[in-house]
Amino acid sequence: MLDNTATTSTKSKMSARDVKVFYGEKQAIKGVSIDIDMDNVVAFIGPSGCGKSTFLRTLNRMNDTIPIARVEGDITLDGENIYSSSMDVVQLRARVGMVFQKPNPFPKSIYDNVAYGPRIHGLAPNKAELDQIVENSLVRAGLWNEVKDRLQDSGTALSGGQQQRLCIARAIAVDPEVILMDEPCSALDPIATAKIEELIHELRGRYAIVIVTHNMQQAARVSQKTAFFHLGTMVEYGDTSDIFTNPREERTRDYITGRYG
Amino acid sequence: MTTTAIFFLIAGLGLITWVFARARAGRFIQSGVASVHSLPSYHGWYAAMWAVVPAVLFLLVWSTVAPALGSYQVLESPLAAQLPTDAFERAAILSEARALSRNPDLKVFNDAAVQLAPLYSAADSRYAMIGALAAFLLCFAGGAFAFTRIRPDFRARTQVERTVMLGLLLASLIAILATLGIVASLIFETVRFFNLVSPFEFLFGLQWNPSDKIVDGQATGFGAVPLFWGTVFIGAIIAMLVAIPLGLMSAVYLTQYASANVRKWMKPILEILAGVPTVVYGYFAALTVAPALRSFAVSIGITDASSESALAAGLVMGVMIIPFVSSMADDSIAAVPGSMRDGSLAMGATKSETIKQVLIPAALPGVVGGVLLAVSRAIGETMIVVMAAGLAANLTANPFASVTTVTTQIVQLLTGDTDFNSPMTLAAFALGLTLFVVTLLLNIVALQIVKKYREAYD
Ligand SMILES: Nc1ncnc2c1ncn2[C@@H]1O[C@H](COP(=O)(O)OP(=O)(O)OP(=O)(O)O)[C@@H](O)[C@H]1O
Ligand SMILES: [Mg+2]
Repeated sequence: MLDNTATTSTKSKMSARDVKVFYGEKQAIKGVSIDIDMDNVVAFIGPSGCGKSTFLRTLNRMNDTIPIARVEGDITLDGENIYSSSMDVVQLRARVGMVFQKPNPFPKSIYDNVAYGPRIHGLAPNKAELDQIVENSLVRAGLWNEVKDRLQDSGTALSGGQQQRLCIARAIAVDPEVILMDEPCSALDPIATAKIEELIHELRGRYAIVIVTHNMQQAARVSQKTAFFHLGTMVEYGDTSDIFTNPREERTRDYITGRYG
Repeated sequence: MTTTAIFFLIAGLGLITWVFARARAGRFIQSGVASVHSLPSYHGWYAAMWAVVPAVLFLLVWSTVAPALGSYQVLESPLAAQLPTDAFERAAILSEARALSRNPDLKVFNDAAVQLAPLYSAADSRYAMIGALAAFLLCFAGGAFAFTRIRPDFRARTQVERTVMLGLLLASLIAILATLGIVASLIFETVRFFNLVSPFEFLFGLQWNPSDKIVDGQATGFGAVPLFWGTVFIGAIIAMLVAIPLGLMSAVYLTQYASANVRKWMKPILEILAGVPTVVYGYFAALTVAPALRSFAVSIGITDASSESALAAGLVMGVMIIPFVSSMADDSIAAVPGSMRDGSLAMGATKSETIKQVLIPAALPGVVGGVLLAVSRAIGETMIVVMAAGLAANLTANPFASVTTVTTQIVQLLTGDTDFNSPMTLAAFALGLTLFVVTLLLNIVALQIVKKYREAYD
């Protein structure tokens, strides 16, 4: 294991120790350790197929939905092992939310999309509180002004960028502690992308945020820490400014300067 | 020479043409001509087609024309002049004579026929000979024509492709033409029926008691509403109450819960269920389910329960439709993007919450389309209701009572000794047309919904 990875910090929100993921016989993650804290947005970068999504999905146990996937190692949330039998997956996913590469609003109204999580987790005892949660989430996702007059319209009728912000609103409606984003802007145009990046800035500090991206500039703009993945291992993890200006590893330098990937 | 023999001979000639044409084209390649357009076998097919197709087409046409020509020749003869002038009698004698000429052992009633039979034999064999000769001539002419066109730059492949395309087009046209013909005959007979019974009476009348005697100014007993009701009650209500929940649940289980292994043996079993002949379901409904339901009904105090209850036919029909609904629902659920399911699971929803609140609503249009198709199939289904539903045209919502359906009544009206022109026979056509129109509309709407839905997700 690389010594620059696992510096245990008391304020780390999530930490992974020697995590391995297998798809059947094939090993996709080969021992990754990382700490994620509340103050910094963490970006995962690396060439396609290196395991960024796979590792991200271990953090809210979404790999459980893939029958052939198997996870080894320890991952803790506030010191509690999320793979222990006492951990309730439903609770875990309420605390660790996820935004996907392709906007995936449910075929329901905008209101019902945002209210989905609060309803299944029983967060709002009455309609007034649910309305409040929906409004707050949409405001925080920067979508409120655009949709406040048409909350009953279908979520799928929004533009791609609006859909993605709706998905973020949906994720923050259950008041999670961590938000995982897997290439949230890769299906969006530059203007919609700028809006999401701005949003990430605003959400920082309130939630621990991990974002996977293929776009170096984006990683540089939105994150304070960056992890570079390559072939199932985490090659380097450090302050974003260091990674981009002064990487310690040859492979990181090659990737950042566009020599491969 | 029989017609079959002629066909075989022409086929044989076609084969020979194929071999020769192919060999001739093959020589171009051997002799090293620079650009031979088509493979030798295409030249072979081209020539064989020219040898066979015109000859066979001619034979087909000739076989319909030749008997008429034969009759004409017989009528010209002096013997025929002595025939009775009554058209009906004449026709009877002539057809007897023709039958006798083909089968000399036949018993005949008219002596005149015995005298005319040899004339028929002579005329028929003469025209058969002419036909055969002409067919062979066409065969040789076609083959020779094609043979002379074989050149290195001749585009035999294009020609063969075009002919294949024409053949396929013809085949598909036949199905369409057959459908049109069926519809036309339905419409024609229905119009005749509506000359006797008003469409209003037929579509809205509450009395179904068909009889051949139509008395002016009285209800005719051709009010089909009880039939429509019975059809809807059995096919669209009772059967769907069984098929929709069970079909949907089995689809959800198969797509979301079943392991690959379970799916591997459960899907084929469901498909086998779809392949069981409906007459077997009919047996099951009439001999097993209906009596059981009746004794159950009596045991809970329903005294007027019929042994041909709507419930028995509907339940069994529902079971028959399950695989259909299930496979349509299966397809629709599988078409919902996986990202939507992941989105719900990532919110902390359980599997069943995800299915109930995201997957099924998302798949709903497809499921609705599938259900409409299932309904159209159920209301057109005949065998189960003929065997298990009654004939009494009751207008009742009691599932233990007997009702009758459109298809049952069509069978009822057309079986037995009825005159083809009687109102009862014609009523069957009117019922058939109604059924056809309704199922057609259901199918169009259903396919439209399914298509829209498919577009939405890709
Ligand atoms: N469901 C799966 N079943 C089997 N193998 C998988 C599955 N998902 C991913 N893999 C494999 O695991 C490896 C890592 O994939 P992953 O999707 O995590 O890469 P990634 O870094 O996110 O790539 P990208 O940048 O293209 O999204 C790849 O080799 C991939 O083929
Ligand atoms: Mg990925």
